[in-house]
Amino acid sequence: MSGTPTATTGAGTSPSPTLSGHVRHIGGRAMLGLRAAGRGVVSAARWLLRTWRRSLQFRVVSTTVVLGLVVVSLLGSYLYSEIADGLRRDRVATSEYEARTLTAQAQERWDNTTATTVQELNIIALDLMRSTLTPAGPQPSRYVVMIRGAKNTSPTVLDPLGSGGLGLASVSQELRQAVAADPSRQQTVVNDVLVDGAQVPAVFVGSGVEVPTAGRYDLYFIYPMTQELRTMSLISTAFTLAGLILTVLLGAVAWVVTKQVVSPVRRAAEVAERLASGKLNERMPARGEDDLALLGTSFNAMADSLQAQIRQLEGLSRVQQRFVSDVSHELRTPLTTIRMAGDLIYDARADFEPVMSRSAELLQGELDRFESLLSDLLEISRFDAGAAALELDRVDLRDTVAEVVAAARPLAERRGSTVQVLARGPIEAEVDERRVERILRNLVVNAIEHGDGKPVTIRLRAEDGAVAIVVEDHGVGLRAGEASMVFTRFWRADPARARTTGGTGLGLAIALEDARLHHGWLQAWGEPGVGSRFRLTLPQEAGHSLTSSPLALSPGERP
Amino acid sequence: MDHWRSDSAPVCRVATEGGLTVKGRVLVVDDDLALSEMLGIVLRNEGLEVSHVADGSGALAAFRETRPDLVLLDVMLPGIDGLEVCRRIRAESGVPIVMLTARTDTIDVVVGLESGADDYVVKPFKPQELIARVRARLRRDNDAEPERLTIGDLAVDVAGHSVKRGEESLNLTPLEFDLLVALARKPWQVFTREVLLEQVWGYRHAGDTRLVNVHVQRLRSKIEKDPERPEIVVTVRGVGYRAGPA
Ligand SMILES: Nc1ncnc2c1ncn2[C@@H]1O[C@H](COP(=O)(O)OP(=O)(O)OP(=O)(O)O)[C@@H](O)[C@H]1O
Ligand SMILES: [Mg+2]
Repeated sequence: MSGTPTATTGAGTSPSPTLSGHVRHIGGRAMLGLRAAGRGVVSAARWLLRTWRRSLQFRVVSTTVVLGLVVVSLLGSYLYSEIADGLRRDRVATSEYEARTLTAQAQERWDNTTATTVQELNIIALDLMRSTLTPAGPQPSRYVVMIRGAKNTSPTVLDPLGSGGLGLASVSQELRQAVAADPSRQQTVVNDVLVDGAQVPAVFVGSGVEVPTAGRYDLYFIYPMTQELRTMSLISTAFTLAGLILTVLLGAVAWVVTKQVVSPVRRAAEVAERLASGKLNERMPARGEDDLALLGTSFNAMADSLQAQIRQLEGLSRVQQRFVSDVSHELRTPLTTIRMAGDLIYDARADFEPVMSRSAELLQGELDRFESLLSDLLEISRFDAGAAALELDRVDLRDTVAEVVAAARPLAERRGSTVQVLARGPIEAEVDERRVERILRNLVVNAIEHGDGKPVTIRLRAEDGAVAIVVEDHGVGLRAGEASMVFTRFWRADPARARTTGGTGLGLAIALEDARLHHGWLQAWGEPGVGSRFRLTLPQEAGHSLTSSPLALSPGERP
Repeated sequence: MDHWRSDSAPVCRVATEGGLTVKGRVLVVDDDLALSEMLGIVLRNEGLEVSHVADGSGALAAFRETRPDLVLLDVMLPGIDGLEVCRRIRAESGVPIVMLTARTDTIDVVVGLESGADDYVVKPFKPQELIARVRARLRRDNDAEPERLTIGDLAVDVAGHSVKRGEESLNLTPLEFDLLVALARKPWQVFTREVLLEQVWGYRHAGDTRLVNVHVQRLRSKIEKDPERPEIVVTVRGVGYRAGPA
């Protein structure tokens, strides 16, 4: 019986396609399930994508589930095909064994017969079919077909016989030729057969018998694998179910595990957020000795050191503010006395000798300068200490500009320049007028001082929630790189330049701080010999931020 | 109401540029001796009589003793600080108080004004500036013709420096009185803060409008039946103040 391996594999046209086709069928079913899930994914794509991006837990769980599904279905289909293969091989082996026994019985019957006529032989054949070869029962485990051998040339021809309505048509041509070529051997093929209107894979075993007078006849045993199919479908259902349960379990485990990791991380994030919003006393609970407790402790250590540093900085800044105010008081009091004494002396200078009188004048001038330097310095340190605050009012900047221009008129007259203001409509903004006035005063005084006696123009414009004021002169201008240098503390382009008011170089630095306090911009443009432009841009509503300025800074720029 | 002046020594009168009369005894409360002396020189130059005390603890006693017409008070003092001295003096007298402060920070100024100061000057100041502030507070047209005004349900006797609701007499400081009279004289007019600064405080140039706000609040707390809903000194939004309808 083991001498027929060639037939099993060699002659089998398509031994496994049917069963492995079945395997594909199961894979297909899983695919179908996946596709249904896929359709769900598509319909909620947005939500999923957002959750995917936001939630680590969701990401971990879904990755685990998808990977689990892939592994389970790969494993499942491998096992399934192994089982299917094994079942098929078993079936083929038992079929061949049975067929051999039956063929031998049939040969024996024919060998012992004495009949010679066709009629007699037909009767024996029919009896043989009914009693020996075909099993009883409505659903037989095998079917038998008997047909005249392909190379039989005997004149005696028996009727072809078949059980269960199967006939010659069921047996493939290849099998018949194989049997004809070597009738002494069994030939086995696995092929589909139509039984009771259903296509079922079946094992075909064919071999020849020698019929007296009529010559060689072929016997085909057909074993439909209905039982195996049923078993396989049972197994596939069980596999699918087990796979699904396994995947769900995997997902659940992943969910639980990540929850254990993620929730402390989330808590850390919440605490960090509260810390960031200034609640410096927030801490994470840190219990146990695991990694998460370590996260908690290091987080708390970080918060502690942050808090300590902030406290220290706060302390420093308080000390600084305190210092500023103390210096302010301590310096101002003697300065007041000096100032008053100086004024008395200055007022009486007419009674002095020329040298003394000139000294009194110099003293007076330097006192003015000292006073403004002191107040500038105090202003700067107030900015540095973060102690500067806005006192907001809604004002029409045209009035502010008019006041500044009026105050600068004496200087302009001395320098022989004119100041022109160009504005249309109200230019309203919510600003600290004292500070804006200080900025503008400095810009206008600078423009007159560095303007070579040429006209100074001030333009105002309000647009899109922003106001801009451009102060333009046509004097010495600024060299390359100086446009940003002018805002540096104590910086002066050329200390030797003729000066009338003895500036300190702090004016624009203070102006820039004032502008910043308003969330505004202060920018400079200049070209040597052509002139300079300084542009102040402020948001109309306090606290809003700027995106563009209503007026151009340089002549080439479009606002 | 001017009870603290009734028993005072003969009043020293000085003619000023404007032809108005300034009577002058000034108490300087300042711990800086050089500055105090300098202040003394400058004020005496203007014909005022000056006395000096160097610390907060002695200030009240000196005040009771000298009965000055004006107090120049440094905010930072050893012993009791300037704001407290100001509060204590204000508790027993309406005498004009001008603060000397080294700070321009809003909070300092407002706290100073709320503790009862009429006006303030920021160090370092020019002598003329100080004298202008002092003069404005001392100037009272005493020889004014008898004038009687009504504002709301109040009767104001300008020459007699008194304000009455019915029979009840209200105790106002000279500054509050001046503020009320300025409003009462022109009940049809809306006064901007700048105009009030000029008329009542004597500022020629722009002054600190917070002075007006703080003192209007103080005045209201004394004369209004419900200071939250004022009927005598009415706010005109975005402009200033006005006398309420009678
Ligand atoms: N319109 C301008 N044209 C040319 N150079 C300018 C102009 N404005 C400013 N500068 C340069 O920038 C420098 C710094 O200006 P800033 O206003 O900061 O100080 P200052 O005018 O010298 O002194 P302060 O304003 O403190 O009295 C000036 O010394 C000058 O060299
Ligand atoms: Mg300048």
